[in-house]
Amino acid sequence: MFLSWLPENISTYGGEVDSLIWLIYYITLAWFIATVGALLVFVLLFRDRDGWRAAYITGEKLSQVAWILIPTALVLVLDLWIDLRGGDAWAKIKLHVPPKEIQVQVTGKQFNWEILYPGPDDQFGTADDLQIDNELHVPVNKVVAMTLKSKDVIHSLFLPNLRLQQNVIPGREFQAWFQATKTGVFEIPCAELCGFGHSGMIGHLTVHTAEEYSQWVKDQWPSATGAGISP
Amino acid sequence: MTHPPSITPTPVSIVHPAHEARGFWRTYVFTIDHKTIAKQYLFLGICMASVGSYLAYVMRWQLAFPDESIPGFGFVGPETYNALITNHGTIMVFFVAMPILLGAFGNFLIPLMIGARDMAFPRLNMLSFWILAVAALVILTSFFVPAGGASAGWTGYAPLSARAEYTGVHWGINLWLLAHALEFVSFLVGGVNFLTTVITMRAPGMTFFRLPLVIWQLLTASIIFLLSVGPLIAAAVMLLMDRILNTSFFVPEGGGDPLLWEHLFWFFGHPEVYVVLLPGLGAVMEVLAVFSRKPIFGYRWIIYSTIAIGFLSFIVWAHHMFVNGINPRLVMPFSITTILISVPMSLIIFSMILTLWKGSIRLATPMLWALGFMVMFILGGLTGIVLGSAPANIQLHGTYFVVAHFHTVLLSVVIFGGFTGLYFWFPKMFGRMMNESLGKLHFLLTLIFFNLTFFPMHAVGLAGMPRRIANPLQYESLTAVQPLNVYITMSAVGLIVAQLPFLINFFWSIAAGRKAESNPWQAATLEWSAPSPPPHDNWGDTIPTVYRGPYEYSLPDVREDYIPQDRVHPSRSTWKAE
Repeated sequence: MFLSWLPENISTYGGEVDSLIWLIYYITLAWFIATVGALLVFVLLFRDRDGWRAAYITGEKLSQVAWILIPTALVLVLDLWIDLRGGDAWAKIKLHVPPKEIQVQVTGKQFNWEILYPGPDDQFGTADDLQIDNELHVPVNKVVAMTLKSKDVIHSLFLPNLRLQQNVIPGREFQAWFQATKTGVFEIPCAELCGFGHSGMIGHLTVHTAEEYSQWVKDQWPSATGAGISP
Repeated sequence: MTHPPSITPTPVSIVHPAHEARGFWRTYVFTIDHKTIAKQYLFLGICMASVGSYLAYVMRWQLAFPDESIPGFGFVGPETYNALITNHGTIMVFFVAMPILLGAFGNFLIPLMIGARDMAFPRLNMLSFWILAVAALVILTSFFVPAGGASAGWTGYAPLSARAEYTGVHWGINLWLLAHALEFVSFLVGGVNFLTTVITMRAPGMTFFRLPLVIWQLLTASIIFLLSVGPLIAAAVMLLMDRILNTSFFVPEGGGDPLLWEHLFWFFGHPEVYVVLLPGLGAVMEVLAVFSRKPIFGYRWIIYSTIAIGFLSFIVWAHHMFVNGINPRLVMPFSITTILISVPMSLIIFSMILTLWKGSIRLATPMLWALGFMVMFILGGLTGIVLGSAPANIQLHGTYFVVAHFHTVLLSVVIFGGFTGLYFWFPKMFGRMMNESLGKLHFLLTLIFFNLTFFPMHAVGLAGMPRRIANPLQYESLTAVQPLNVYITMSAVGLIVAQLPFLINFFWSIAAGRKAESNPWQAATLEWSAPSPPPHDNWGDTIPTVYRGPYEYSLPDVREDYIPQDRVHPSRSTWKAE
């Protein structure tokens, strides 16, 4: 199946995106078969041959035009269905951000993802902020809120396994969020041409179990006492 | 239903003084004859298509075999790769698609199909071609300046394109912008010429609703272009100023906004794809009617739908920007308008399919290309629906799915639509017939290799391969699709090689093809009443008078299975079945 080429979905809202792609796939497949099928059947049925003359049909009469108006109306109805489903999914992903449990800042800069962690105090702009280039570490099943920025040109933070993509633009800040449902390591390509290093500008998302994440936090901030980021 | 014969008072087209032999330069180089200018556009388009195809070959070879030297080019570094993709896109859109579909088809067909002797402004017409030729030279030159050609994508997003230090390319992008400015002027001037000619120079009896559909499509495309190009011209000037004068229209450090460039670019960029689409669509419509021996189904509905598409094309542009940082609340309105374009477009497709119903279909080469267009355009158009749905777009934006989509639609128009027109009007343009067997071979090979190249690309995009990367092997997640990349590259080479039968056929037939009669396809539109090729003033002493619509095929009470638009009375004897 075509859609099996999609990367593994590990995102809570990824199913919304995927099911929309499936819906559109089936609708468009049906239309393709119907229209191309009709076309091929007509070409086969109505080849020129002796004794056969074409029919003078202009499509001016309503009984004739109905043959295009009715399918067109069906197209409109299916379009609206796709849009309604799309509107719901879009609102869920981009408009209604759930309360965050983990926060990071991701800044694109030719040709790295500079990931800034607030540290155990969960505040940016303090001494325990830590920047790690190209490595995004999060615990599984927690809502991660990202503030996305750029220091130079437009990049695009693309996490295919999370069904997440957002351009980062210098001079602006965007908010994005995700909640990973599975552990593992996943690639973060840059998906907007950003210069000669665009190819190979890759970060890695590591989704840890709760215990692994606590361990990772202890490794990064060894002097922190117990309080702060909850696993 | 034929319209009652009537002569509408229209201004008689200006009769140019008889042209004496003007010598080589005035006849073939600085010509003001629309037919020769059309051929100049055609040859420019064919030459630039070779350049654009070569760039595509180098790109694809690099993608398939990233660490190797490309045969016929050498090693491709990342900077070079970015210049390849940028110029491939720019050249194919502005120096191949538009010159062939608008410059060649528009210039050749408009006067002949409306019954005029030439365009409204013949000298301006010559100027518009030569400005485009200079623009082509400028962009070719940009490859050879220090630091090479433009490398910020054909979309030229700022600030990557606004400051030379971000790309390392200085003159390359400046020349790229200059080439754009020149070609905008060329097509603006051409568009004014097209509009004025169609509006004021139609032959007596040629009312708007007796115009062939390809003329309506060219008319709409010209209006779309004229209305949409202004913002991009302004943006190009601003970008050039950012680069040369260190202004900050698109640079945030100086108070500018990169998103402004995107809006200005796509406000033009989206209508532009319809500017390219409509003439190709029109050519296919003409051929469907002629080779089905039937009127195009729903003539007026097609015109209204075309106008609706023209209008809608102006309010969808931000579907290129769903994840680019526009206000998320703006996204759904654009998603809705985008999907709505499928309504008039599907009406047109249904009409074209119904034209075949109860036709008497002759599968000559032009008809094969027209049918091929239908299938490929339906496919490409349908994949656009996925991209137009904003949540689905999140996953597919910036991936090879987009590349697969736009190549399928664009190439169905430029290649299938373009060859439909070229094979169909070749006898009129050059006074000779092309070779049918070579034509059919060209069609079959192109259809096969086109699909082998671009169909798998959808899978590559679904798998998450980003656009504009020079080396897929850098990405672990792409190891599974690398075999597909190799396979696509080989098919792309096949697609390029498949054009050889056409080149051989085209040039050989110009020189030594069988001489063509004036109406080898028994078509009803006006251009077929002129000799093949038409003389300098198209019509001899008298321009034709038009008595009926353009698709009077197979009338039940008429012996011949077509009535030319300028024939006064159809033959009266009734056709009898054998």
